[in-house]
Amino acid sequence: MHALANPARFLRLMTAIRPWAAGVAVLGLGIGLAWGLLYSPPDYQQGETVRIMYIHVPAAWMGMFIYAAMAVASATALIWRHPVAELVAKASAPAGAAFTLICLITGSLWGKPMWGAWWVWDARLTSMLILFFLYLGYIALWEAFDDPARAGRAAAILALVGAINLPIIKFSVDWWNTMHQPASVLTLEGPKIHPDILWPLLITALGAKGYYVWLLTVRVRAEILKRQARILRFAAATDRRAG
Amino acid sequence: MNAFLAIVARDLRLGFGAQGAMLTTLLFFVLAVSLFPLGVGPEPQILARIAPGVIWVAALLAAMLSLDRLFQTDQEDGTLDLLAQAPLPLGLVALAKTLAHWLTTGLPLSLIAPLLAILLQMDGEAIPVLLGALLLGTPSLSLIGAIGAALTLGAKRGAVLVPLLTLPLVIPVLIFGVGAVEAAAYGLSAGPHLLLLGAFLAGALALTPFAIAAAVRLALE
Repeated sequence: MHALANPARFLRLMTAIRPWAAGVAVLGLGIGLAWGLLYSPPDYQQGETVRIMYIHVPAAWMGMFIYAAMAVASATALIWRHPVAELVAKASAPAGAAFTLICLITGSLWGKPMWGAWWVWDARLTSMLILFFLYLGYIALWEAFDDPARAGRAAAILALVGAINLPIIKFSVDWWNTMHQPASVLTLEGPKIHPDILWPLLITALGAKGYYVWLLTVRVRAEILKRQARILRFAAATDRRAG
Repeated sequence: MNAFLAIVARDLRLGFGAQGAMLTTLLFFVLAVSLFPLGVGPEPQILARIAPGVIWVAALLAAMLSLDRLFQTDQEDGTLDLLAQAPLPLGLVALAKTLAHWLTTGLPLSLIAPLLAILLQMDGEAIPVLLGALLLGTPSLSLIGAIGAALTLGAKRGAVLVPLLTLPLVIPVLIFGVGAVEAAAYGLSAGPHLLLLGAFLAGALALTPFAIAAAVRLALE
């Protein structure tokens, strides 16, 4: 991990990973979505609306996965003063917020025919909404400082506080009110859904992970270059004043 | 311990003084609560039904009001630099300042809340529970809010940012706080909710000083 603290080495790794991540993203999303949206059987209860799930569930997983990744990157940045980890967390936040928003929107599109309302104050929906607010707060904190070093460490502290508090928020919201179906993929007795539905779901989720990794390779590279440009600009300004 | 109490006493003097935010915060709280009967109508059943939520939400918002000043004034006049160099660990300094914040916002809010509860036709049995829940819950608001206040030191638009960062994190306090009062109003036991509020406070008391201290140290670099 310390080897990756060197931005140049990190950039080389990113360049090496990029085509593979793009491949996984294109294949996973392409096959998974085509299978799920066109060829999988309709649900016996929900009919064709079940297809919304092939976008909704991977987006929900990604929304939570990216926050976890952000928290790990922030902890790394704070504990080891790892300069690139901070940028990984920063680059992750908009992607996580976007996936969470997709999850909320598709959930509400599905809720209208199924529950008869665009939005119900159900525990799962509400905790995703709170997750979305946490992402927005994190992004806003990054934007609130002129000095990127200060912004990065403040945002890292916030991400960690959020990560510790998130399970507590989740449980409190669960006890408060629930209507959403309980977990049905990861259960002790194995998946409770039919393979015809499960496989396209898992392939789409894998594709979404690939997309996230690809996005990171692009965005982190952009962040590193932006920092270098900033340093060069300062150096040029200092030279001009000295000369 | 003496240093800890000295910081609390100093912040209390400032808080109660002419420039202090205590009276303004209290006024905001009373005003916000009294807007609800105007908004939803004066029917006693409706008011009694929404009273716990209204009082808790107003308390949450009122607690946010003065948070952005918690460390900012001290940073501006350099006091914070001196406090950071004091022999007292920075976490305890943060705890002392947060305690003073609670004594000037959370505590007066809690004490005046029963009066507002009567105005909102709340069930008589539930009022002591409301007081207890507020006394247990509002310190958590100050502690978590202090993290937000410390993180936004020197930020652009810090005053707006603090509620944005803090409110999502204090949702458990709102849920269990309202839960306790509603349980009491329906004749159920408020105990479990109060215990959870207490557990949240215990956790916040143990963990938040580290986060606040880290954020303050960052702002002073």
